[in-house]
Amino acid sequence: MTVAEGARPGVAAQTLSDDEVRSIRADFPMLADDHLVYLDSGATSQKPRAVLDAERHFLERENAAVHRGAHTLAAEATERFEDARATIAAFIGAGEDEVTWTGNATGALNTVAYAVGNASAGRGGAAADRFRLREGDEIVVTELEHHANLIPWQELAARTGATLRFIPVDDRGALRMEEAERVIGPATRILAFSHVSNVLGAVTPVDELVALARRVGALTVLDACQSVPHLPVDVRALGVDLAAVSGHKMLGPTGIGVLYGRRELLNALPPFLTGGSMITTVTMERAEYLPAPQRFEAGTQPVAQAVGLAAAARYLDAIGMPRVAAHEAELGARLAEGIDAIEGVRLLGPAVGEPRIGLASFVVDDVHAHDVGQFLDDRGIAIRVGHHCAQPLHRRLGVTASTRASAAVYTTREEIDVLLEGVRDAVRFFGVRA
Amino acid sequence: MSAGLGNLYQEVILDLARRPHAKGLEDGAAASSHQVNPTCGDEVTLQLHMHGERIDRIRWDGDGCAISQSSASILADLAPGLTREELQVRIDAFRTAMRSKGRIEPDEDLLGDAVVLGGVSKYTARVKCAMLAWVAAEAALLQLV
Repeated sequence: MTVAEGARPGVAAQTLSDDEVRSIRADFPMLADDHLVYLDSGATSQKPRAVLDAERHFLERENAAVHRGAHTLAAEATERFEDARATIAAFIGAGEDEVTWTGNATGALNTVAYAVGNASAGRGGAAADRFRLREGDEIVVTELEHHANLIPWQELAARTGATLRFIPVDDRGALRMEEAERVIGPATRILAFSHVSNVLGAVTPVDELVALARRVGALTVLDACQSVPHLPVDVRALGVDLAAVSGHKMLGPTGIGVLYGRRELLNALPPFLTGGSMITTVTMERAEYLPAPQRFEAGTQPVAQAVGLAAAARYLDAIGMPRVAAHEAELGARLAEGIDAIEGVRLLGPAVGEPRIGLASFVVDDVHAHDVGQFLDDRGIAIRVGHHCAQPLHRRLGVTASTRASAAVYTTREEIDVLLEGVRDAVRFFGVRA
Repeated sequence: MSAGLGNLYQEVILDLARRPHAKGLEDGAAASSHQVNPTCGDEVTLQLHMHGERIDRIRWDGDGCAISQSSASILADLAPGLTREELQVRIDAFRTAMRSKGRIEPDEDLLGDAVVLGGVSKYTARVKCAMLAWVAAEAALLQLV
């Protein structure tokens, strides 16, 4: 398996040349500052002017309430909003009615967990029978999940009496697939896992996990936050049932995320949030709901953000996701090799030479990540320190915190080298290798 | 390295981070408190050992950055012989200095070696690190009331 898994077969994507990256960087106002070495794109990406302009243009020229109101402007705004949905759907290989907006990826995962909870409480009629959890049922996650793909399932298990289990990782943080075969069994009803680890940058063997889930009829939920911005992703080709995507990590605005679901599933799931815009008929006693995607879009939606997110998808598409993936795979390899070569520094996740996206977390012996981060920040290098919303994984790897550098399409090779020099100097500064 | 960074990581801080004082918990504490900084996972468990009305010693254990760990050592050096009220006065003064965004230097007469942490107050993201042990001491003091 390569990092660019899911890329169109037969197309060996070229990495981006230095000139191409320079020209991409010129599109990002935040990157105009030469002193900033931004290596925290895993937390949030910078935004190209095309995204900022799309939002501004919508708000200045096209803003109106969508899916309500009969005036021309409302119709146009609705068209922009639905065009944005079609763009995102195409970007991830979904049908238009298989994409529902949420406030963020956490919102998407919670929507699934609460919808299944509502089904378990008897909502949704016969169509929702398939989702009902009972005591003895099992929800399976992995030990490397971001808290957003762990806690909603903990809560769902607590509400329904189901048991939460997990696929463990080995000492390097790789999923133990032989254990996956044991953990995913007849009682498994939901299997939720990350496409790419936000701490380790490793790509999960989605095919194998989906096959294991299908064997027992379990619903698959993919956290695609760290894959969609960096790899070509086709949710139908991956075969997952549901997937969560973050807007702001893929060059888009904050305040918007995407829940993908197979059409028949979204239409059978009872809603989570309820209220305006998601109903057909309402009486004082009860309500009937629209089909997906609207049934999951109660209340006013982040319309300008949706328009901005569509611009982000078009921007990435114009470069071509296979090339984005190839560029970032090269940066990831450079990062991993460089970090691994520094004495007194431990690279987490895939070993040098193994596939990873353009992200690496590491631990400096006897120096806390916060101090490493402070030292690097002093040089204008922005990286992430802490547990990266994955405490159980850090505990398993025997560290309380790590330092993470994460690239995006606009990251240069030179920036990786500046970081590596910074880490080498930090090791000396804190006196570990004095 | 910038002057700011050198001011933040004074040699005393780096030394204490490598060779902490009063680290390791002991039986017989009058009160103790465990505090966590959820953004970075730094943690400190701090004990107050009393001798009559006065603090005999502070013992602590924890894991975290140079700032949080050295701050715990400095606090432990400062506390012996103080009454509860006197320790609270110092915690309040330290907090005021830390929250001052660099405007208020810690008072050396009152806070002793804690003056070396003065540079932290310009780094708002790190103030919680410096405060961690002091917040634990404050919570432990409340148990003694």
